[in-house]
Amino acid sequence: MSPTRFQNPLRDPRDKRLPRIAGPCGLVIFGVTGDLSRKKLMPAIYDLANRGLLPPGFSLVGFARRDWADEDFGQVVHDAVKEHARTPFRQEVWDRLAEGCRFVQGSFDDDQAFDNLAKCVKELDDVRGTAGNHAFYLSIPPAAFTKVIQQLARTGLAAPVNNEWRRVVIEKPFGHDLASAKQLNKTVNEVFPEESVFRIDHYLGKETVQNIMAIRFANQLFEPIWNSNYVDHVQITMAEDIGLGGRAGYYDGIGAARDVIQNHLLQLLALTAMEEPVSFNPESVRAEKAKILAATRPVRPFEDSTARGQYTGGWQGGQKVPGLVQEGGFAKDSITETYAAIELAVDTRRWAGVPFYLRTGKRLGRRVTEIAVVFKRAPHLPFDDTSTEELGQNALVFRVQPDEGVTMRFGSKVPGSTMEVRDVNMDFSYGHSFTESSPEAYERLILDVLLGEPSLFPKNDEVELSWEILDPILKNWATHGKPDPYPAGTWGPESADRMLARTGRHWRRP
Amino acid sequence: MIIDLPATTTSQVNSKLVHLREQGGANTIGRVLTLVIVTDDSEKTEDVIDAANYASREHPCRVIVVARGAKKASPRLDAQIRVGGDAGASEVIVLRLYGPLAGEGASCVIPLLLPDAPVVAWWPFEAPASPAKDPIGKLATRRITDSAADRNPPKALEVRAKGYEPGDTDLAWTRLTLWRALLSAALDLPPYEKVTAATVSGEADSPSAELLAAWLSARLRLPAKRVKAKSGQGIVSVVLERKSGNIEIHRPDGSIGTLSQPNQPDRRVALGRRAVRDCIAEELRRLDPDEIYDGALKALNKVDRGRTAAPRKKAEAPKKVKAGTTT
Repeated sequence: MSPTRFQNPLRDPRDKRLPRIAGPCGLVIFGVTGDLSRKKLMPAIYDLANRGLLPPGFSLVGFARRDWADEDFGQVVHDAVKEHARTPFRQEVWDRLAEGCRFVQGSFDDDQAFDNLAKCVKELDDVRGTAGNHAFYLSIPPAAFTKVIQQLARTGLAAPVNNEWRRVVIEKPFGHDLASAKQLNKTVNEVFPEESVFRIDHYLGKETVQNIMAIRFANQLFEPIWNSNYVDHVQITMAEDIGLGGRAGYYDGIGAARDVIQNHLLQLLALTAMEEPVSFNPESVRAEKAKILAATRPVRPFEDSTARGQYTGGWQGGQKVPGLVQEGGFAKDSITETYAAIELAVDTRRWAGVPFYLRTGKRLGRRVTEIAVVFKRAPHLPFDDTSTEELGQNALVFRVQPDEGVTMRFGSKVPGSTMEVRDVNMDFSYGHSFTESSPEAYERLILDVLLGEPSLFPKNDEVELSWEILDPILKNWATHGKPDPYPAGTWGPESADRMLARTGRHWRRP
Repeated sequence: MIIDLPATTTSQVNSKLVHLREQGGANTIGRVLTLVIVTDDSEKTEDVIDAANYASREHPCRVIVVARGAKKASPRLDAQIRVGGDAGASEVIVLRLYGPLAGEGASCVIPLLLPDAPVVAWWPFEAPASPAKDPIGKLATRRITDSAADRNPPKALEVRAKGYEPGDTDLAWTRLTLWRALLSAALDLPPYEKVTAATVSGEADSPSAELLAAWLSARLRLPAKRVKAKSGQGIVSVVLERKSGNIEIHRPDGSIGTLSQPNQPDRRVALGRRAVRDCIAEELRRLDPDEIYDGALKALNKVDRGRTAAPRKKAEAPKKVKAGTTT
C-alpha cells in the first residue's frame, strides 16, 4: 500500500518493543446478538484496546434485528466485556471504546437498513476518523452470506476508494462440499477480492498451533526425525464432551466430518506435515500448506479406513445425558454422524507410508484437542523382552487445548536392581512457562484482520483442496451404511478401534 | 506459603527449595529466568516484590530480592522463601544482608541462580553508575534501572548514557512504548512527508520526556525541542511538524491523550501512565540488547533544550500558529 520509497523513520526492525497498531479503522459485526459475538468478539476487541493495539478513534458497529439504540448496544458490549474479557476492566479504556459504539437495526433483506449502515459508516469516517477503513465480520448463518455480501456491494460499502480498505471476515462452514464451497468463494470473490477475504479458523489463532511451526522449524531437535524413517503414524484428535442440544438447525445433516475435519483438523494436518516455508511471509506459508493439502488423499477402502458414530444416551460426568436422536430438533432416524474418524495418506517423499488418523466427536470422554506424532519402535533393543514389556512407542504430543503445551513420551529405567524400562512423560506447559497472559485466538485474528495480515487465515484454494480430500468419503458415507452407536462419555464406536487395530495400532487415550 | 530462615546460608536455602519441590510438586519446574532485585531494605521492598509477582504471571521466574540492611551490624543472612499464593507464578527468595555482607550480595545470589536460564537484574530505586560493572550486574544478561525513581532523574539519565553497556535498559524508556507506538503508527499512513520539526513538552524532571525527545532526534535526524510544561505529569504533549500540518498528541491529565492530525477529526486514546508492574512485564518479554534505547541515549545531547538562542527563535514561529488553531 505505502509507496516503497517512503520509510517510516520511526520504525526500525530492531525495535521489537513497538507493537503494530492498526491504522484508523472500524469493525462492523453482523449477527452481533449471537453467542460468538458476545463471548468472543466483544471481549477480544476490549482486550486489544486495553493492550493499546487498536487505533485511536476505533469504532464498532453492530447490525442486528433487535430494536436497540446505540446506548443499549453499548450496554450489551459493556456487559459482555465485563464478564468475558481476559484483561482487567479499566474505565478509561472502556470510555474510549464506548464512544465509538454504534448500532444499526434491520434484517438482511432490508435495503433501508443497509443504507442506514452506509450512512453510519460514513459518519464514523467524519466524526471518529476511521478514514474509510472498515472490516465486516459476518457472524451469521451461511445461508445469509450471499444476501449480506450483495447488500454491501449495492450500498458501495464493499468498494474502497484511494487508500482505503474494506475487508470481509467469514466464519465456517465454508460450504458443505466442494461444489458449494466453490460457489461460496465465487459469491464472495465477486464482491471482495481474495486478499480482502479473511476466513476465520480460530484454531489457527491459538498460540499452541503457531507453536507447531516454532517447534518444528526453530529447533534442531525435532526436524531430523520428522519423516517416515522415524514416524510411525500421526493422530490428530479434537474431542468435545458437550452434546448437540439446541444446535440441530446447524448440525443436522452436516455432521462431524464437515463441521470439524474439513477445516480445523486438515489445517492442523497441514501445519504438522508441511515442508519448511522459505520465509514466514503469508504467501510462502500458504503455499506450503496448499502443497501438502494437494498431496493428501483419503485411504481406501472406506469401509476399513473410516469410522463414524452417533452418541446414544447414558451417564457422562455424573449426569444423565440424552442421545442424539432424543435431542430436540433431530429426526428420530437422523443419520448425522457425531463422531468421525478417517485415515489419510500424504503422498510426499517425507510422509510416504505414514498414515494420518484424524478423529473428532461430540460427547466423548473429555474436551481435548491434540496432535500426537507417534514414532517407530527402536530397531533393536539390547534388553530382555521382559525388561521392555511396559515400553510403548515414543510420542511427541502437541496439546492444543486445554492445558496447552507439549508432551514427550519415552522409556526410562524403573528404579531398582533389575533393568526394567517403562514409559514416562516430559512436559512443557504454557501455563508453567508463560502463564495466563497469552492472548485469546480471536484477539490475534481480529488484530490481523485490521492490520491486513493474512498468514493465519486459510485461502480459497486451501478450502477447496480440503473439500477435495473429504468429498469422496462423504459420498461413500451418504450411500453406504449408517453411523455406529456409541454411549455418551466413551471414546467413540468400536468400529473406530477396529480401523486402527487392522494395522496393529491403537488410538491414544488423550 | 512463607518460610523464614533466619541467620542462614545459601546452601540451606537451596536444600529447602529442593525439599519444597519434592513435597509440593512443580514449584520449581518451568522457570524461564531469574530476576534479581537489588534494593535497600525498607517498607518499599514489598511493593517491588508485588510488581515482580505480577510480571511473573507472564514469565514465571525465580525472584531473588537482595535487601541490604544496616551496614553497622554483625554479618548475617536472613532468608525468606515464598511459594504458591504468596508468590504469584514465581518463587520469591528474599535475602536480607547485614553488616559487611550487605556489600557482597553477588556471593549470595550466585548459588541460587537457575541453571541455564537468563538472569535479569533490577534496581527499582537507586542504581549503580555503571550497572554492567556492578558485581550483581555482571551476572545478568539484562539490567533494568529506573531513572524516574532516582533522587535526581535528569542526572540519573546522563549517568545511564555514560555507563551504557548492551543489555542495559531503563523503565523511563519502557514508559514511552505507547507514545512511540502511536507516533510510529501515525507516520505509517499517508501523506508520506518528511518531519521538519519535533517538540516534546513535559515535566521539568521527566526522564521519559527527555528520552522521547532524544529518540525523535535520533530517528528523525533533527534536534527535537524539549519544552518544560507548566502543568501535567510526565510527558504532556508531542508535536511533529510536517508540510501538510502537524501531528500532535496532547495528554494534559496524565491519562487520556488526544491525537490530532490535519483534515482528520481529533481522536482520543487511553494513554495512562504505566504502572511499574506493566513495565517490568514488558521488560522481561525481551532479553536481548535494546539498540534503539542505546541510540536514544546517545542522542540526548542532540536535544534542543532552548539553551541556545538561535534555533529556539526559528522553531517558535510555527508553534504559535499551531497553538492558535488547536485551542
